[in-house]
Amino acid sequence: MSAQIYSAQSGAVDKAGERAPLLSIRGLRVGFRRAGDQFEAVRGIDLDVAKGEVVGIVGESGSGKSVGMLAALGLTSKNAVVTGSVRFNGDELVGKPAREMRKIRGARIAMIFQDPLSSLNPVMTVGAQIAEAVRLHQRVTRKQAMARAVELLHLVAIPQPERRVNQYPHEFSGGMRQRAVIAMAVANDPDLLIADEPTTALDVTVQAQILSVLRSLQERLGLGLVLITHDLGVVAGHADRVAVVYSGRVVEQAGVSELFADPRHPYTRGLIASIPNLEESRERLFSIDGSPPALGRLPGGCAFHPRCIYAEARCRAEDPPLHDIGGRFSACHFATTLPPFHSAVLATASLDNGSVAP
Amino acid sequence: MPFLVLGIVTIAFLITTVTKGDPLTAIVAEQQMSNPEVVAAAKARWGLDRPLPERYMIYLGNLLSGDLGTSFITKRNVGTDILYRLPATLELVFAAMIFGTTLGIVLGVLAAYFRNSLIDHGARLFALFGSSLPVFWSGLGLLFIFSVTLNWLPGPGRVDARLALPPGITGFLTIDSLLAGDWTVFKDALWHLLLPAFVLGWTVSGTISRLVRANMLDVMSREFVLTARAKGASEFRVVIVHALRNTMVPTLTVIGYSFAYLITGAVLTETIFSWPGMGSYAVEAARALDFPAIIGVTIVGGLAFLITNLITDILYVVANPRVRLS
Repeated sequence: MSAQIYSAQSGAVDKAGERAPLLSIRGLRVGFRRAGDQFEAVRGIDLDVAKGEVVGIVGESGSGKSVGMLAALGLTSKNAVVTGSVRFNGDELVGKPAREMRKIRGARIAMIFQDPLSSLNPVMTVGAQIAEAVRLHQRVTRKQAMARAVELLHLVAIPQPERRVNQYPHEFSGGMRQRAVIAMAVANDPDLLIADEPTTALDVTVQAQILSVLRSLQERLGLGLVLITHDLGVVAGHADRVAVVYSGRVVEQAGVSELFADPRHPYTRGLIASIPNLEESRERLFSIDGSPPALGRLPGGCAFHPRCIYAEARCRAEDPPLHDIGGRFSACHFATTLPPFHSAVLATASLDNGSVAP
Repeated sequence: MPFLVLGIVTIAFLITTVTKGDPLTAIVAEQQMSNPEVVAAAKARWGLDRPLPERYMIYLGNLLSGDLGTSFITKRNVGTDILYRLPATLELVFAAMIFGTTLGIVLGVLAAYFRNSLIDHGARLFALFGSSLPVFWSGLGLLFIFSVTLNWLPGPGRVDARLALPPGITGFLTIDSLLAGDWTVFKDALWHLLLPAFVLGWTVSGTISRLVRANMLDVMSREFVLTARAKGASEFRVVIVHALRNTMVPTLTVIGYSFAYLITGAVLTETIFSWPGMGSYAVEAARALDFPAIIGVTIVGGLAFLITNLITDILYVVANPRVRLS
């Protein structure tokens, strides 16, 4: 399996233009011990992010996409067991001492979270929080750090930054808070920004603004950007490459246009088919049957087989590895032999079974 | 605020009138009680022959000019008595609060951070004992161990009676002796203060550590803590600067409440340690049905509550910027 993965990596490197990846995750596993039991939330994630590349990670809530990235940064809780390899600029992060991880977090790799309401400290001014990020990694005076905070607020297009810098988070709107969080994240010119559902908690119009702020920063600062989301629309519009995560594993990885035009994993097909479409009027919106397996209660074989319309006997017995199918990757036994994809066909097939979820 | 003060005064005054005891027993010697002339004279002397509303008005009038009346027992002005007693209590309560709050916060933070560890269980046990052991038990026990058996600490009292005391500037013996540069008195007063302050502070630290632990657990799971870690902040910084500051509002409430409560509630501790403070004064007054003293103590206790509440409210604004809007 590992041989396959490393050949997979070389393929990804070629695609990114002969550069070594900025972030390279191999076989990342995260387990949690709880009351004697052990659950694996992440069961082997492989992912590469090149410098300046935007990678989308898509999956349902609980699929392990956030936990995986938190684990890569050493931000999981104390009862988590993290194994596998996370290399950042060739430097192994798994098992790195906390003191050294702190020098990387916020300086070279920044991460922002879903809810801008709660990701800012309510009793500190926004400026103080941005200045803190600056002062944690740069030797500057308090005054210089505050000046930099104003600059950063300006960079994320917050009006009147000189006044805003002294305000508290509750005086900011949701979208402005997320801008402030982004400003804080890019305070030390990181190489990589991981955005965990950055727009989920926001209004649709604000979502678009935040995404455009993220994109323009990404282009201007040459950031590698990892967009964790459950929204395929966000991925379609902004990512260069997409990794689809199901039940703690990457099940498909491909360039964004390839993925949407010809998904080679049944789960990806289900996800794409369930995007509401205005052009094709369908009576019901498609949804994948069943629900994702609970932690620690994985079915044998391929984790997706109980919900898969293409499942055969082999799927119940063998868990397919993520393998190269020509510059892209899929973890399906039938990745190369799946019928041509058309979302309407999939929906009809499901309707014929008479088992469409409401 | 003025209405609250008036309310306290009125209630304190009325409570004394509905109690069964006859204040005359405090004034007139027992053998003289059957002598109507003496009784009438005493009544007239203390104004007890006048109707209640009139007595109330007179009391209010005196109060406005700062006169709390004369104690039946000490025959001194109640205000003077209280001014003599209050600093002793305040010194004890301040010491207990500083000790109890510091210990409570430190234990609460450690217990929350190392949840379900030995530290957590130890802190819980310490808090449980602190808030459930009666002070007359823990106080006497500690006195027995440290003063009687080990002889490390002095016995009851505020200071060795043989020492010449420094001029009273603040009324706090420790501070006054420091101001006067009198190290002997300072050391002696501090050693005397240690045990009663520990006993009182222990009860407070129990409450505070449980509260801080619960709030810290809540705050530590919030996303801004994750954000702080993602910024590269050290664990110490995450816990103290980000998390602890967010638990300060409920903690301040309890600190304020405990402080006000201790000013009049340190009765048992003061009695055990022969501390010449408000608590022991209140006990003496109540025992002798010394109404002016009882009312005076009640008013001062009520005022202490009001003032600490006011200070707590002001500190809320510092601790929680969201309050500042209104």
